[in-house]
Amino acid sequence: MRVRVRVNGAWRTAEVWPGASLLALLRDALGLCGSKNACEQGECGSCSVWLDGELVCACLVLAAQADGREVRTVEGLTTGEDLHPVQRAFVEAGAVQCGFCTPGFVVAVVDLLSRDPDPDEPRIREALSGNLCRCTGYQKILDAVRLAASKLGGSSP
Amino acid sequence: MDVFVPRTLDEALEIKAARPDAVPIAGGTDLMVELNLNRRRPRALLDVSRLAELRRCGREDGAVFLGAGVSYTRVIAELPECVPLAQASRAVGSPQIRNRGTVGGNLGTASPAGDALPVLAAYDAEIVVATRDGARALPWAQFLVGPKQTALPPDGLILGARWRIARGPGSFSKVGTRNAMVIAIASLCLVLDEEQRAVRVALGSVGPTVLRAPDAEAYAAEAMARAGTWDDPAALPAPREIEEWAQRVAGAARPIDDVRGTAAYRRHACAALARRALRWALEDRRAGGRA
Repeated sequence: MRVRVRVNGAWRTAEVWPGASLLALLRDALGLCGSKNACEQGECGSCSVWLDGELVCACLVLAAQADGREVRTVEGLTTGEDLHPVQRAFVEAGAVQCGFCTPGFVVAVVDLLSRDPDPDEPRIREALSGNLCRCTGYQKILDAVRLAASKLGGSSP
Repeated sequence: MDVFVPRTLDEALEIKAARPDAVPIAGGTDLMVELNLNRRRPRALLDVSRLAELRRCGREDGAVFLGAGVSYTRVIAELPECVPLAQASRAVGSPQIRNRGTVGGNLGTASPAGDALPVLAAYDAEIVVATRDGARALPWAQFLVGPKQTALPPDGLILGARWRIARGPGSFSKVGTRNAMVIAIASLCLVLDEEQRAVRVALGSVGPTVLRAPDAEAYAAEAMARAGTWDDPAALPAPREIEEWAQRVAGAARPIDDVRGTAAYRRHACAALARRALRWALEDRRAGGRA
């Protein structure tokens, strides 16, 4: 079936299997491979994107449900070579190891800081509870969130 | 596979009447997993996420109506006065899951582990279902008839749940291996109804469906009456009565052994949850707090 979605500001049209997820649409049909495909059951958060401004797992959205809607992915955070402040904080804090979970974490952290620019630790942990990382042990990811929050200085990212 | 994307409830019900094999999809947190992992191939899907009628939420005629398409994130934000429901909603999955998952999904999937279900049972909620011929309300126990089985007619859709607001404290609690992203091993919702001087308790994940514990409910209400607790929040039932209540709640469970826990552990968890929930409620009343 044909699905038309506004992705990172641009309308894109693609032909997908009717049972396809938004993740399959993004990765396989549109070539946006920043959102990762891991568990396909909403457990790991690697495919976190925004659908009409809400943080969701793209693997749990039927592509047809996104038809006519606005999707923002990790690719939409910046243009060119510049990193988003949250991405830079991940690099500086050493919060990236294998990197597979990183795009999902970055999206979830940008979402958190857009709603709470100065989150305390329990708030950060709860906001990231839907994202799994099997390398870092999370401590450096928490450091990255605090670093990003301080760099952004309470202003909305 | 056919996908239908109706814009109105009437349109959706027409489609459901013509295609009873069309499986409704809202947040997709259950159904998409089955599609992604090749466990299920429905012949048709019916997207209900665009139906305004399912996204209503709030007070109507002295009751609360919660539309089947309202996400758990919205429940937390819009129904904070329904404390046990808000607590159960916070216990659902993760932020991503709460942004998508709906109460209608818990009802439609009818897993005994659905976090919202013990709350609806303790609220004595009615489930509102619609077909092309109109809407009707079923008591929750007539709707949830077995594990993953409901009384939803093949041409019907779940509109939402409705319950009378009871004055009094209450809570939802859940046992699992971590705070986020867990399917409950056991869960419990307790509601005290000050006007009716009644105690209502429902258990999740410890039986084929959500279960109430009527014997324990009557026992606790009577113990509170004997102690004078209903009139004087500082007059508490005896500790052995609270223990007896907890054991009676556990006795109402019909658990099985499975990958998440053993039947014996689940029964033990029910007693612990019941003991704590009643103590919290009595403490809330004494502190003048009310839910």
